[in-house]
Amino acid sequence: MGLTIAQKILQDHIVRGNVNVGEIILARVDLAFANDVTAPISIDFLKRIGGKIYDKQKIALIPDHFTPNKDIKSAEQCKTVREFAEQNNIPHYWEVGEAGIEHVLLPERGLIKPGMLVTGADSHTCTGGALGAFATGVGSADTGFAFATGMLWFKVPHTIKFIYNGKRGKWVMGKDLILYTIGKVGVSGALYKVMEFTGPVIRNLPMDDRFTMCNMAIEAGGKTGIVEPDDITRKYLSERGVKDGVFYKSDEDAEYDDIIEIDVSNIEPQVAFPHLPENTKPISEVAKEDIKIDQAFIGSCTNGRLSDLRIAAKILKGRKKDKHVRLIIIPSTPLIYRQALKEGLFDIFLDAGAVISTPTCGPCLGGHMGVLASGEVAISTTNRNFVGRMGSPKAYIYLSNPAIAAASAVLGKIGSPDEL
Amino acid sequence: MKGRVWKFKDNVDTDVIIPARYLNTSNERELAKHCMEDINQNFAKEVKKGDIIVAGENFGCGSSREHAPISIKASGIACVIAKSFARIFYRNSFNIGLPLFECKETDRIREKDIIEVDTNTGEIKDISTGETFHTLPLPPFMQELVRLGGLEGYAKKLLKEI
Ligand code: SF4
Repeated sequence: MGLTIAQKILQDHIVRGNVNVGEIILARVDLAFANDVTAPISIDFLKRIGGKIYDKQKIALIPDHFTPNKDIKSAEQCKTVREFAEQNNIPHYWEVGEAGIEHVLLPERGLIKPGMLVTGADSHTCTGGALGAFATGVGSADTGFAFATGMLWFKVPHTIKFIYNGKRGKWVMGKDLILYTIGKVGVSGALYKVMEFTGPVIRNLPMDDRFTMCNMAIEAGGKTGIVEPDDITRKYLSERGVKDGVFYKSDEDAEYDDIIEIDVSNIEPQVAFPHLPENTKPISEVAKEDIKIDQAFIGSCTNGRLSDLRIAAKILKGRKKDKHVRLIIIPSTPLIYRQALKEGLFDIFLDAGAVISTPTCGPCLGGHMGVLASGEVAISTTNRNFVGRMGSPKAYIYLSNPAIAAASAVLGKIGSPDEL
Repeated sequence: MKGRVWKFKDNVDTDVIIPARYLNTSNERELAKHCMEDINQNFAKEVKKGDIIVAGENFGCGSSREHAPISIKASGIACVIAKSFARIFYRNSFNIGLPLFECKETDRIREKDIIEVDTNTGEIKDISTGETFHTLPLPPFMQELVRLGGLEGYAKKLLKEI
């Protein structure tokens, strides 16, 4: 019986146990990271078990959630992380100004490579699977454990193979493929399992869209999303100066828990209704419902990359947002921010009446920079529309791709760029 | 373990277990004050030490925040029984010493029932209704984690071995 990419990567890192599905193994971790919310607990855990770091090259600390510090308590959390990084000379720590959203920053800095075993004290660590790594979200104690030992325990997961065929329609992005998939399998449809994204559509899908898809694997309960690395991956890596990495492929006879084929030809841009990412509807149906919005947010580790901003700009160019709507745009990293500025996207956004913020998670988790009040409705390019996720538990969050979010900001209600 | 049941539905996510707006601290007591606030406002006020949470599928889905099991444990809950658990929540809970049990028959347990969980046999007795249920046995590794009091104990043991 052959092995899946996920199993091969785990096998390559095993310290104790075997890669039989369901077995709990101890494995070497190539990179363990945490953010300003999760790192303080990891640091505390590390101290409790002796305080010695196994290999500081294999650690990354990214203050991104409540930064620039949004209040005194967050400032204290960031201070804990900063002091730890300084005292231990952690090379992969970034201060405000250099830091961006962890799941966008780490690949951009060439720190996630094919074949790596990566853990992050953040559920969207699965984003890194887009590069053919086994990247999975764990807890803070887990991360402290990995800091100290260079290892962690894992349950060897099943894999579900998703094969995407057909031709992507207009305005259909990676976000729509993954929202559609989550709508189909449900928020626990891939519980404990790896989602392997494959097929002709994925083979031609740009890296940014692959990141978006893997980012939301967790929204189906997945342990990670993974894309077989190929020439598109290689190009992305070489542009960031990365020359190494192990390119695994799943064996022909690998054992899958399920194989799901999706014809994308008839998929429209998707919108996930409150309060679960699985509540998806195609945009043509949504547009009929006349859902007025108070805020549109374009950003986050799901859709704050350059291609997301470019598509938003394409739609916003020469247009104005609806008077009632607050349009908030947050590039995910300083590099993306600078590039968008260079390309003149900021002028388009500002002319459209948008506000552009420094890279941060911000409103994605109701932290700051655009928290919702009760009764308010938002369209957001983020990944979660749970109750209370973006502020008031009485607010309503709809998830979409950046094209829909930008068009909706102009329309004042959820709709497609084709309606403009 | 014997306690009163707090009943929840499917897909209880980490944002309702502990809303992100309170994540600017990792102080246990502070977190416990807001546990389940967005789904049951009485929970934090009325929960008693030894009470048990019983829920449906995919309990703890969403973010990786360890603050979620920490807030549950700090509010006095002895264990959580659900049809299934979200993956990161599952590992976080065992790591911090909050035991979880998987049981497919949680629909038959009611809010405020008094139940007793035998951690050795995995049997649940609903004292209020007289019914008995079975939980899935814990894998040996998880049993070891429970025995060592969580990941901290395991880390100390492993560091001695390597
Ligand atoms: S952008 Fe949102 S989902 Fe992504 S890491 Fe930040 S808070 Fe989490």
